Amino acid sequence: MTASPNTQVGEFGQPAPGESFSPGVRAFRKIIRKPSVILSLAFLALIVLLAIFAPLVTRLSGWDPFTYDEAAVDPSSGGLPLAPLGGISAEHWLGVEPQNGRDIFARIAYGARVSLLVGICATAITMLLGVVMGLLAGFFGGIVDAVISRLMDFLMAFPALIFMIAILSALPQGNRPALLVIVLSIFSWPATARVIRAQTMSLANREFVEAARTSGAGWAPLVFREVLPNLSGTIIVMATLAIPNFIATEAGLSFLGVGITPPNPSWGQMIASAVPWYSSDPMFFAIPGILLFLTVFAFTVLGDNLQKIFSGGFE
Amino acid sequence: MISYLLKRFGAAIIIMLFVVFFTLLVFFKLSPDPAASICGQTCTPDRIETIRTQMGLDQPFFAQFFAFLAGIFVGRDYGEGASAIHCGAPCIGYSFQTGQSVLQGIMDRMPVTLTIAIGAAVLWLLTGVAAGVISAVKEGTWWDRGAMAFALAGISLPNYFVALVLQYLLVVQLEWLPFPTAVPFSESPGQWFATYIMPWMVLALMYASMYARLTRTNMIDTMGENFMRTARAKGLKPGPILIRHGLRPSLTPIVTLLGVDFATLLGGALITETVFGLPGIGKFAYDAISVNDQPVIMGVTLVAAFAVVIANIIVDLLYRVLDPRVRVSST
Repeated sequence: MTASPNTQVGEFGQPAPGESFSPGVRAFRKIIRKPSVILSLAFLALIVLLAIFAPLVTRLSGWDPFTYDEAAVDPSSGGLPLAPLGGISAEHWLGVEPQNGRDIFARIAYGARVSLLVGICATAITMLLGVVMGLLAGFFGGIVDAVISRLMDFLMAFPALIFMIAILSALPQGNRPALLVIVLSIFSWPATARVIRAQTMSLANREFVEAARTSGAGWAPLVFREVLPNLSGTIIVMATLAIPNFIATEAGLSFLGVGITPPNPSWGQMIASAVPWYSSDPMFFAIPGILLFLTVFAFTVLGDNLQKIFSGGFE
Repeated sequence: MISYLLKRFGAAIIIMLFVVFFTLLVFFKLSPDPAASICGQTCTPDRIETIRTQMGLDQPFFAQFFAFLAGIFVGRDYGEGASAIHCGAPCIGYSFQTGQSVLQGIMDRMPVTLTIAIGAAVLWLLTGVAAGVISAVKEGTWWDRGAMAFALAGISLPNYFVALVLQYLLVVQLEWLPFPTAVPFSESPGQWFATYIMPWMVLALMYASMYARLTRTNMIDTMGENFMRTARAKGLKPGPILIRHGLRPSLTPIVTLLGVDFATLLGGALITETVFGLPGIGKFAYDAISVNDQPVIMGVTLVAAFAVVIANIIVDLLYRVLDPRVRVSST
C-alpha cells in the first residue's frame, strides 16, 4: 500500500527510456482500461448527475418527490399501484409508492443527493481527522502517540452501531444529514488513523526522511514534504473505500428510522417504508435496494482496483 | 506473561470505565427527562419528583456515575428506607419501561443471539475459508475471478436488503420456509432450523465475502514464502504442503478477525434480528431505543463493549499460541 519513496526523489530514480510518466499516472492508465472500472465509473457518473440535477430531471419526468398521486394507486386493493411492476408507466418511470402514489423516480433522485452528500462529507472529515491524528501519533511517538492510541482503542471498542442509533435518536431533529456526518466521522476516524500511524512510523525511519532530518529540516517540512506525499496512495484507497461504507451505513441508519426523517427521501428509508409491502409490492424495496447495492458496489470495485495498483504497481 | 496479562486487563478496565462514563454523559446531557416518560400520561409534578429521587436522577452527574459503578461491583439500592429496592452486583439497573432487571433481560435474550452468532460463524468460516483457499490455489483462473467478484458483491450488499430478498423469495414466492418465529431447538428442531437459516445466510454472506478475500491474500503470500519452497524442494506432495505448511500461517489472521467479529455479534446483530423479528439482544436494544429506555440501552452498550474488549485479549493470547513467530519476537 505504500508508495515507494521514488515518487519523492525522482532525480535519483530515473524513469525507464520511453516511459516518462510518474508511477501514479501509469497506474491510473492501467486500471482505466478495465471493463469493471469503466462500468463502475459510468454508473457512478450517472448517479452523480442524477443527484446534482435532481430538480431539473424531476421537472422533466413531471413528478416531484412529495406530491401524492392518488390516481396511480388502487384504493380497493389497499393502495397497491395500478400499473404492473409497482406502477411503472410512462408517467411514473420507476413506479409509485403504494397507498400515497408518490413518484419513486423522483424520490430516488433526491435520495441520491442525501446518500452522496453524507458519504462524501463523512469521508472528507474522517480522512482529515484520521490522517492528522495518525501522522501526529506515528511521527512524534511518546506521550502524543500514547494519548491518541488510547483514544483510538476506546472508540474502536465502542459498539458503534448501537451507540450511533442511541445518539441519533436522542438528538433533536435539526439538520439530520449534518448530524449523520458528525456521528459517522467520530466513530470512523480511528480505523484510518491506525493505518496512517503504522505507515508513518515506518516512513519516519527511512533513509530519505533521515537525510532530510540531518540536513536540518524542521518537523513541518518533514511531515508535509517527506512523509505525507508518500501516504497519498494509502489515503486515496482508504477514501475510495470509505465512501461506499458511509453510504451503506447512512442507508442502514435511515432504514432503522434514526437517519433521514420522512418526508425527505433517502434510499435506506425508502427500503424501510417498503418493508410492510414486501410481499405484495416487491418492486418498492427492490428499486432502492438495487440502486444502493450498485452504488456501493461500484465504489468498492474502484477502491479495490486502486488498492491493487498502489500495493503492487509501484514495486 | 503474567505482567503482559495484567497490563492488558488494566487497559481493558480503563477502556470500559471510559465507555461507562461516555455513555452516561451522553444520556445525562442529551436525553429528555426519563422520569416523565416512566410516569406516563396521568402524571403530577410530585410524582415525577418522587421517581427522580428514587432513580437517583436528581443527583449531579458524577454522583450518578459513581453510583452506577458501585452497582456493577457491589450492588446498589434504589430509593430509601422501607421502599428501597436492592439490586445485587453486578447491577446495571432496571428497565424504565418494564421494571425488569436489565441484566436479566440480556440473559433472557442471549440464547437467540448466541444461536444466530454461532450458526452464522460456522457457515461463514466454512464457505469463506474454503472459497479463499481454492481461489488462492487456482489464482488467476476463472474460478478465482468469479469467486472474488462474488465476494466483492457480497461485501457491497446491505444486509437488510438481502434479508428482504431472501424472505420474499424463500417464504413468499417459493414457500420453502415458514415466517421466522423463534422457537427453542428442544421444542421443534425443524422449525428452529427453518427460522434461523435465513439470519445465518444474511450474516454469513457478508462475513464469508470478507474472509474469502483475506484468506486468499494470506494464502498467496504464504505460498511465496521460503519455507514453502523448502517443503516443495523436499519433495512433499502439493496436498500435504498446503494443509500442513500453508494453511496454518494463513489462518492466524483469520482467528484474530473471527474473535472480534464474533464478539461484535454477541452485542446483537441489530439489523438482522430486527428485520426477522427475532428477540435477541440487538432487537432488545433497538426496541429500547425507540421508547428511550436508557438503562437497557446502557446495559446492551456495556455488554457489547465488554465482549469486544475481552475478545481482543483472548485473540492476542491465541495468536501467540498459533503463530510461533509472534511468540519469539515478543518475549
